[in-house]
Amino acid sequence: MRRLWRAIVVLVAVVFGRRTRAEPPPEPPSLEEGVPFERETGAAPRVELVAAALLVASAVPALVFAAGVLAGAGTQLLGAGLGAALLLIGAALAVGANRIVPRERAIEDRPQLGDPEARAEVRQRLGMVGEGVSRRRLLGAAGLTAGAALTAAVVAPVTALGPAVGDSIVDTPWKRGRRLVGEDGKPLTAEDVAPGTFVTAFPEGADKRELGSPVVLVHEDPVTLRLPPGRADWAPEGIMAFSKICTHAGCAVALYRHPKYEPTSYPPGLACPCHYSVFDTRTGGRVVAGPAGRPLPQLPIEIGEDRVLRAAGGFSGPIGPSWWGVRKA
Amino acid sequence: MTDALRFIDDRVSAARPVRKALRYVFPDHWSFLLGEIALYSFVVLVATGVFLTLFFEPSSDTRIYDGAYAALQGHEVTAAYDSALGLSFDVPAGLLMRQTHHWAADVFVVAIVLHLVRIFFTGAFRKPRELNYVVGVTLLGLAVFEGFLGYSLIDDLLSGMGLAIAYGVAMSLPVIGGDVAHLMWGGEFPGTAILSRLYIGHVFLLPAAIATLIALHLTLIVRTRHTQFADPPADERHVVGTPMWPGYALRSLALLALVAGILFTLGGLVQVNPIWQWGPYEPWLATNGAQPDWYLGWLIGALRIAPPVDVVIGGYTVIPNPFWGGVLFPAVVFGVLYAWPWLEQRFITRDRSRHELLDAPSDNPRRTAIGSAFFAWVVTVFAAGAADRMFLAVGVPYTTQVWLFRGAFFVVPLFVYVVARRALRVPDGRPQGG
Amino acid sequence: MRATALALLLVALLAPPAFAQDGRALFEQGCATCHGDGAQGRRGVAPTLHGAGAQSADFYLETGRMPLANPTDEPVRTKPAYTAAQRRALTRYIASLGGPEIPQVTPERGSLADGQELFASHCAGCHQIQAQGGVVPDAVAPPLQDATAVQIAEAVRVGPYVMPAFPESQIDRHELDSIARYVLSTHHPDDRGGWGIGHIGPIPEGMIAWLLAGAALLIVAQLLGERRPA
Repeated sequence: MRRLWRAIVVLVAVVFGRRTRAEPPPEPPSLEEGVPFERETGAAPRVELVAAALLVASAVPALVFAAGVLAGAGTQLLGAGLGAALLLIGAALAVGANRIVPRERAIEDRPQLGDPEARAEVRQRLGMVGEGVSRRRLLGAAGLTAGAALTAAVVAPVTALGPAVGDSIVDTPWKRGRRLVGEDGKPLTAEDVAPGTFVTAFPEGADKRELGSPVVLVHEDPVTLRLPPGRADWAPEGIMAFSKICTHAGCAVALYRHPKYEPTSYPPGLACPCHYSVFDTRTGGRVVAGPAGRPLPQLPIEIGEDRVLRAAGGFSGPIGPSWWGVRKA
Repeated sequence: MTDALRFIDDRVSAARPVRKALRYVFPDHWSFLLGEIALYSFVVLVATGVFLTLFFEPSSDTRIYDGAYAALQGHEVTAAYDSALGLSFDVPAGLLMRQTHHWAADVFVVAIVLHLVRIFFTGAFRKPRELNYVVGVTLLGLAVFEGFLGYSLIDDLLSGMGLAIAYGVAMSLPVIGGDVAHLMWGGEFPGTAILSRLYIGHVFLLPAAIATLIALHLTLIVRTRHTQFADPPADERHVVGTPMWPGYALRSLALLALVAGILFTLGGLVQVNPIWQWGPYEPWLATNGAQPDWYLGWLIGALRIAPPVDVVIGGYTVIPNPFWGGVLFPAVVFGVLYAWPWLEQRFITRDRSRHELLDAPSDNPRRTAIGSAFFAWVVTVFAAGAADRMFLAVGVPYTTQVWLFRGAFFVVPLFVYVVARRALRVPDGRPQGG
Repeated sequence: MRATALALLLVALLAPPAFAQDGRALFEQGCATCHGDGAQGRRGVAPTLHGAGAQSADFYLETGRMPLANPTDEPVRTKPAYTAAQRRALTRYIASLGGPEIPQVTPERGSLADGQELFASHCAGCHQIQAQGGVVPDAVAPPLQDATAVQIAEAVRVGPYVMPAFPESQIDRHELDSIARYVLSTHHPDDRGGWGIGHIGPIPEGMIAWLLAGAALLIVAQLLGERRPA
C-alpha cells in the first residue's frame, strides 16, 4: 500500500513537476530575439519511459471505450474509459513538454503600436475621394436617404417572425357558459372541488397549451371571502377559479396552501414556485408576498342545474406576465 | 516532410509566418492558462455538440412516448423531448455526449469567469488591450446566452419554466416588451415556433459569433503580445517566456487533453440534467426547486428579491416587475464590466499610458477593493436565488431570507470594500500604490 | 378446557375497553393540553379531533409529527415519541371519536406512468418533481424519501398542516395507488447518468462545476504552468 502511494507521488512529480524558479535567473547573455537565452535539453531515461508508458497505457481505456460504444456499455464505463484515455495522453504530453523536449526561454520585442505616418496617409487617401466632387452635400444627403430607407427595408422582414402583442393575451378561450373540464377532458362538477383541495381545469374543447386556458379551482368557506366589488357572485358556494399563470413571469401557480388549522399556521393562498409570489384567494387573488405586480386574474364561475361548473364570463384582467399595455387592455 | 513544406511554401509563402509562429514567445504563468481552459471547453462543446445535432429533433410536434423510460410511457411529449430521451436511453454513448456537453457548458462559463477575475485584478485590460477586453466580456455574455438556449431546447419541465420566465422578462421591456416577446415566440407563449428558433440560434448563429469573437480575441492577443508580471528580464518593451515550439504547443495540447479528459470523466460519472426525472414541460405544470443553470443564478436571485413594484404612468405599465431583476440588474453588471477600463482611467488612476506589465492585486488597492465589492455583490444575488433550498437546509423562513438578502444587497459590497481596503494597506498605515 | 375458553373470551371482551382506556389515558397525558380533554380542540391552539379518524391519527403519530412541542411549530417527520403499541392505542381512541379509516393502498397495482402525471400536476409544485421537498412560503413541503405507501395515501386524503386534501372524488383509489407507486419509485430513481447529486438539478450541478471541475482545473493549471519566483 505504501509502495503504491509512493509510486503515485513519484508519478505525479515526474508528470507535472515543473521548475518553480526559486531565484531570479542570471542576467541573460543576449537579449537577441529568436535566440533562446536559457536552454535545457535531455531527460533522464526513466522520464522518457514514463512518457512512453503513459501513452501506451492510454490505449487501454481508449479501446475499452471504443469497444464499449459498439457493445452498448453503460455511461459510467464509457465516460471513465474516454476520460482516462485523454487524461493519460494529457499527462504524457505534459511530461513531454516539461521534461523531454528542449525547454527554452526566449525573449521578444513587443511590437510598436500606432504609426502616425501611416495614419496621416490613410486619412489623406480616404479623404481624396471627394477631390473634384462639386455637389458633395447633395450626394451626401442622397446617400443618407438611400441608406436609411435600405436599412428599414432590410430590417422589415424581422417583423415576419411574429405578430404585435395586440389583443392576443386578452383573448382567452374562456367565454360565458364554457364548461370547465379536468386534465382528462371530463366536465367538472361542484362536488369534484371539495373544500381544501385544488383542481387544475381547462375550457372544454380548447387547446390546453394556450396560456389563457389553465385555471386552478379552490373551494373555501364562503363566510371568509372578501372579494373585490362586483365579484359577489363569482364564487358560488365558495368555489373560485383563478388563472394558473403567474402574473409575474409566467410560471404555473402550482402551489396551494390550505391550513388544517389556521390559527397556528397560515391563511389559504396560491403560490408560484419560481419567485414565490403568493396570491390571497379570499380577496380575489391579491398579491400578499413576492414580486408579482398584479393580482392573479379571477374567472367568474357558475354552478349549473346539473352541478357542472361553467365560466360566467372572462377573467378579471389579462392573464400572465405584465407588459406595457396590460392595464389598458 | 521537408518536401511538403517546400511544396506549400513555393505556392503560398507559408514558411515565413510559420517561422514567426514557431518563435512566438508565451509568458508562462499558470493563471494565463485560464483563458485556454475556456477555449478547450468550447472545443469539447463543439465536438460533442455536433454529435448531438445528428440525433436531436428541434420540433414542437407532439407524439406519444413509447420508449425505455417506464414513468413516461404513453405520455404526450414533443419531438424535441422525445429525441433528447432517445439520446439519453438508446443512442450508444448518447448520454455520455449529452452530459459531457452540459458539463462543458457549465465549466466553459466557470473558466471564463475565473479568467475575467484574473484579467480584472491584474489590470490586463488597460491600454492597449481595452478592445480585447470588450471582446472578452461579450464572449461571457454570449456564452451565458448560448448555454441558456442549449438547455432550453429540450423542452423538459425545468427548462420550460425557464423559458416562461424569459418570456416574462422580454415582456417587461418598457414600451416594446410585449411586441418583442411576441416577435421572438411567434405569438403568445408557448406557441410552436420557439424550439426551432432556439435551435438555429444555438447550433449556428451563436457558435458562429462565439467562434468569430474567439478568433478575434486570439488575434488581438498576438497583435499586442500577452501581458506578464514584472519579473526581470521581462519589462514594458520585452516579452519573456517559452517559445511556441516545442514547449508551449505541447503544453497547450496537454491542457486540451486534460480539460477534455476531466469533462468526459464528469460526463460519465456525475449525472447532470436527468431530463427523464423532470418529465416534459406543459404550461400548467411547475415543480418546486426549479432553477436555471448556475450561470443564470444571479438572475433568479435578482427576480426573487426585487420588491413587488410595477411602475404605472397614465395607465401604461412603463416598467413591469421582472424588468428590475431580469433586465436592469444584468444591464448594470455588464455595463460596469464593459465600462471598467475607462471608468478606472477616468476616476481612479488617471493613467492613459500603455501597460504591458501586470499589477499584483496590491499594486492598485482601489481597483482591488472595488472589484472585490462588485464580485461579492453579484455573488450575494446568486445566493439569494437559492434561498428556498437554504430554508430547507437551515430553517430560516423564506420570507425572512428575502428581507435579509435585500439588506445584504447593499451592505455586503460596502463591507467587502472596506475590508479589502484595510487589508491592502502597507504596515506603516499608508495604502500601497495608486 | 371450557374454563380456559371462557376465561379467554372474558379477556377478549374486556381487553378492548382496557386498550381503549389505555389510548384515552395516553391522550389525556400527552395530547389534551392542546387538543382539549375530550379532544374537542382548544381555540387558537389546536383543532378538534372528532371526525379526524384513524386516517389522521395514524399519519401524525407514525411519522412522529405529533406530539408537537409548540402549537405554532410546523409538524415535521421525527422519531415517534410513542412506542408502536402506544401509537396503535392512541389511534384506536381517536378512531372511536369518528372519522375515516386508514386508507387501503396497493402501489403494485398502480400505473407508474399515470402516477408521474398525477404527481406532476397535483404534488410537484410543493414537493418537487422527484419528491425531494420544497418551500411553500413559509412552510416546508417535506421530501418524501422516507414515506411509506400508507403514509402517502394518508397525507393525500388528510392534507396535513397546509397541504390541500384530495378526497376520493378527486383522486380515486387506483389513482392513489399510482401516485404511491410513483413516490416509491423516487426512493430509487433511475440514475443511469452517474452520481445523482441530490436530484434537484442545477444547484448541486453548479457546485460540482466550481468545486470539483473548477478546483481540478485550477490544480492542473498550477501544475502545468509556472509560479512566480518567490
